[in-house]
Amino acid sequence: MFTQHPEASNVQHEGEESHHISAPTGEHEGETGGNLFTELLHHVYDAHELELPFVGHVDLPYVIYDGGTAHVYKNSEVMREEGTFTIQNEKIIRASDHQKPSLDLSITKHVVFLWVAAVILIVLAITAARKNLRRKVPRGVGNLVEMFVVFVRDEIVVPNMGPTGVKYMPYLLTTFFFILVMNLAGLVPYGSTATGNVSVTGGLALIAFIMIQFSAIRAQGLGHYLHHLTGGVHWALWPIMVPIEILGLFTKPFALMIRLFANMIGGHIVIVSLIGLIFIFKSYIIAAGPVLFVLGISMLELFVAFLQAYIFTMLTSLFMGLGMQVAHEEGEGHGH
Amino acid sequence: MLDPNPGLIIWTIITFLLLMVILKKFAWKPLLESLQRREESVRNAIERAEQAKNEAERLLEENRKQLERAEAEGHRMLTESRQLAEKLKDEIIEKANRQTRAMLDQAKQEIDRDKEAALAQLRGEVANLAIQAASKILDETLDESRHRKIVDSYLKQLPKN
Repeated sequence: MFTQHPEASNVQHEGEESHHISAPTGEHEGETGGNLFTELLHHVYDAHELELPFVGHVDLPYVIYDGGTAHVYKNSEVMREEGTFTIQNEKIIRASDHQKPSLDLSITKHVVFLWVAAVILIVLAITAARKNLRRKVPRGVGNLVEMFVVFVRDEIVVPNMGPTGVKYMPYLLTTFFFILVMNLAGLVPYGSTATGNVSVTGGLALIAFIMIQFSAIRAQGLGHYLHHLTGGVHWALWPIMVPIEILGLFTKPFALMIRLFANMIGGHIVIVSLIGLIFIFKSYIIAAGPVLFVLGISMLELFVAFLQAYIFTMLTSLFMGLGMQVAHEEGEGHGH
Repeated sequence: MLDPNPGLIIWTIITFLLLMVILKKFAWKPLLESLQRREESVRNAIERAEQAKNEAERLLEENRKQLERAEAEGHRMLTESRQLAEKLKDEIIEKANRQTRAMLDQAKQEIDRDKEAALAQLRGEVANLAIQAASKILDETLDESRHRKIVDSYLKQLPKN
């Protein structure tokens, strides 16, 4: 994708969602930079196609749920020919009234990478578990996975949630490994970072939100949990306090969502911008600089991939732990 | 970039929940179990090693004490036997000395007695010889009894030995 001149890529992408990138041929040289950047930036966005080595572009199916029925199309051309839906400004709309369909469940690039990460993780973790059950001293994959498991347990769960937090280990371990594998998938050629999509991190944050509330209610009981929402102030202040407390519940997972998403997409945008310099200057000599920078940024991204998986898991665990500990501090009054 | 796609959120949640269910059953439980079991066995092994170490230390201490006792005993026995030997030696030497002295005394007495006897005999013999020689020279000028008197008085003047 990088190697194609915008005009050339236009030909190849014809009829795809990228058709908006450039107006019909015959642009000025000066506009190429902007268009190129937009084009390159699409690399980090979700898409309805996969890029595979040797195969090239592979169409991913459109799955649209609208008006009580599910519509499945092999690709955008088939969808347009069928006529129920069409694409405008990259959005799927009903051809009849130009409104958004009720739900777009298309198997996009990021959905595929969610699944790729899930499959990698299942294979990795189950292999590790099997091997560790057989061997007394773990080696290789078993040792690697166990190292992270022990890290999550001893450095994240137990310090933040106490020994009772161990029962939430399966959730936190899945969060950590899933995010980690998705983060790392973006560093592999032809790979893509699903966690660089705000919807994916939003989904993870939504689960984190539910888990935080669930663990708090389970530890304190529903009565205490609701009582805690009042902040322990005089009842006359409840109309102010309760909305603030409820808002507070949402800000934590919201921050989780934005943090992970921004960290993961940020590095990619920097890399894309640096690579873009080569094409803007159209010079091999200038390539040395960006390539060196990209190398550095890639190493940083490798670190960030681990760091963000750790931070997301650690903060989720911390928020769960806070909710669980409130029950013990109830006697000393409320506090934050 | 920032507008969420509900479909993708749903896919994320579905994928995550399925993943969690699968991993919980087939990966995390066995992993945590084997981990716990291993930690347990390590803890036990350390405890056992600690016990074994304590036991070994105890045995060592006991051995050391026993050795000390044995050494003291040996030392004592050695001293005792040395004293006994010393005493015996002294006794034997004393006895030997005593015996020697007794034998020596006896021998001396015997020698004295023999000498006494020999001297007496010798005296008689000498007197006879002298009488015989004198009678021969004087040709019986004096009778034998007078001669004997003279010789005897002479002999008495001689020193005892």
